[in-house]
Amino acid sequence: MKISLFIPCFVDLMFPQVGISMVRIFEKLGHEVDVPKAPACCGQPAFNTGYWDESREIAVNIMESFREAEAVVVPSGSCGAMMKVFYTQLFAGTKHEAVARSLSPKCHEFSSFLVNELGVTDLGAQFPHRVTFHDGCHGLRELKNKRPPRELLAKVRGLELVEMHEAETCCGFGGTFSAKFPAISTAMGEVKCASALKTKTDYIVSCDSSCLMQIQGLADKQKQRVKTIHLAELLAQP
Amino acid sequence: MSAATLFNKDADRVAPDTRHRGIIQTAMGKYETVRDVRKNWFQDWEGARNLAARTKFESVNHLDKHLAEFVSKLEARGTKVHWASTAQQARDIILGILREKDAKVVVKSKAMTSEEIHLNDAMEHAGYEVVESDLGEFIVQLRKEAPYHLVFPAMHLTRGEIQETFREKLHENPSDEPEELTMVARRVMRQKYLQADVGITGANFAVAETGMISITENEGNARLTAALPKTMITLVGIEKILPRFDDLALFLPMLAVMGTGQALTCYNTMYGGPKQPGECDGPEEFHVVLLDNQRTALLADAEQRDALGCIRCGACLNVCPVFRNVGGHTYGTVYGGPIGSVITPHLRGLQQWKHLSYASSLCGACTETCPVKIDLHHHLLQNRRNASQGAHAKPVWWQKIAFKIFAPFANNAGLWSLLTKLGRFGQIFHGLVKGSVIDPAKAWTKTRELPPVAAQSFREWWDARKK
Repeated sequence: MKISLFIPCFVDLMFPQVGISMVRIFEKLGHEVDVPKAPACCGQPAFNTGYWDESREIAVNIMESFREAEAVVVPSGSCGAMMKVFYTQLFAGTKHEAVARSLSPKCHEFSSFLVNELGVTDLGAQFPHRVTFHDGCHGLRELKNKRPPRELLAKVRGLELVEMHEAETCCGFGGTFSAKFPAISTAMGEVKCASALKTKTDYIVSCDSSCLMQIQGLADKQKQRVKTIHLAELLAQP
Repeated sequence: MSAATLFNKDADRVAPDTRHRGIIQTAMGKYETVRDVRKNWFQDWEGARNLAARTKFESVNHLDKHLAEFVSKLEARGTKVHWASTAQQARDIILGILREKDAKVVVKSKAMTSEEIHLNDAMEHAGYEVVESDLGEFIVQLRKEAPYHLVFPAMHLTRGEIQETFREKLHENPSDEPEELTMVARRVMRQKYLQADVGITGANFAVAETGMISITENEGNARLTAALPKTMITLVGIEKILPRFDDLALFLPMLAVMGTGQALTCYNTMYGGPKQPGECDGPEEFHVVLLDNQRTALLADAEQRDALGCIRCGACLNVCPVFRNVGGHTYGTVYGGPIGSVITPHLRGLQQWKHLSYASSLCGACTETCPVKIDLHHHLLQNRRNASQGAHAKPVWWQKIAFKIFAPFANNAGLWSLLTKLGRFGQIFHGLVKGSVIDPAKAWTKTRELPPVAAQSFREWWDARKK
């Protein structure tokens, strides 16, 4: 299968290893991988701030670049939900509505694509650590993606998953929310970190680098011993 | 100070307060446990939610018909029905009744709608003594505070703080044992019930089919409020209509489970009118004030009218990580939490209250829990859109420009590559100002580290690999 990847802006700039891991995983499974050069953003920041016209200026090019794609895979529940769920609302009643509708079923968050589309749960990965999993809100509630990441983690050699009490509670990132309301965002992040720390695990794993950026950024500032890793990076461990 | 500035100020103060956080987390932890036990008593919780959502949606979509039926049934048994388009009209109607009855003391049971129209202020200003009879409301009234939460008005207070309040305001000297505190409140209230000329209640549901007000409570105070004074007034928002009496069989347990984690609240009473000939008790006069106050404007919004289905159970507040960290008072308006952030811009003005719709990470926990399936977090998105573009928009110019400038960079591989290099260059200097007042990223860096731009971005890696 030819798999087209969408690498979100912050993954491209700050977490390239997540994208590289995805490429390696899909190539190892024998698939052809393609990455369009642009656009670099899904348009969610403008969309969530209410500037739908400005969001469409980017989103329309995303849809164009993936028009011929067989499958579009995104290493983020948040950007994935934007493309799969919110584009149809963003373009409702416009001339691009049909394109948005045709993109939606082809769009997949990374873990759900592996499990639900490719039917793969065992990638032969080794990760001899105790980990806890953070459900990113968009992946969990917009994409209903509770099960796939856990099925993938269950097959990793040496890994023990310890669920935290507040696995489904938001980490407080929320895109521009984190900068617009830093005190609230920080408090939410502290609740999340405290819940994760109670599990006494070595790593917090998630399908969203944005959540992990919030959690890691907060923990580093407070000198807490928290390590975060994106699921794709974990699964690429030989 | 604008509502938005006040919100930010209070949020900045309360969110880092770990004592407040602890009180709310403990209370909510207990709530979550019992809620989940009782939810499982439903054979099919999701089925119940679907039915409730359908019933409420049908009800608001045919509000004209159901309201007419409700009123005719009420009037047939001698209830006087009043229509109030605005908060001012509702206050005037109620003050008019108080004047006519030559009232001195008014006793109230819990009614958020009365908070919405600032009824207590109006009555006290006009010289009436007003006593809240719900224990939580009684406590916050003594402290001259607004209710903290739709269902638990005093949940932010510890037993010690309540003890202190009673000592200071009632000159009593109870211990901090809940039983003793309750006995003090009960003693004070019993006197007021006997003195009161008028009792004012809210309504949980208004049953059109039978013309009845349904009130749900745990303390019996609403029954006394309704039964002892000679005149009873019920203030009810027009959206509280349920078409059929049988609908209560679903909504009473649903409200109890989601509101407090009970299978049913202790007292569920239907009020159908004043004392009828041959009956031995009940008020001599019963007035129902039906309040619009912008509800019909929300009804006209095809995207968001499901928000009128809200049964005020408070479940969305309880699961909301924003509410749990900023607390109820920070919202600065009667309806806090997700439902408040959705409806307040409709009830009180979009531009003045849009900040509540922005103060959300859009996590969706509210929508997931809402028993009547209001699409809460997506309505926040719609409020944001309506605030920024369209007929009622006032876009923030620098935001609009920022997104306009960002678009070509995101759309063009060459410009993105340039931005990547600029980012790397910029962060050399960012280190010098990081965390300081002139740091352009200080909103982030004050409490969080920012990861660096990678030495090789993904796209640079991909290009290098293909060569």
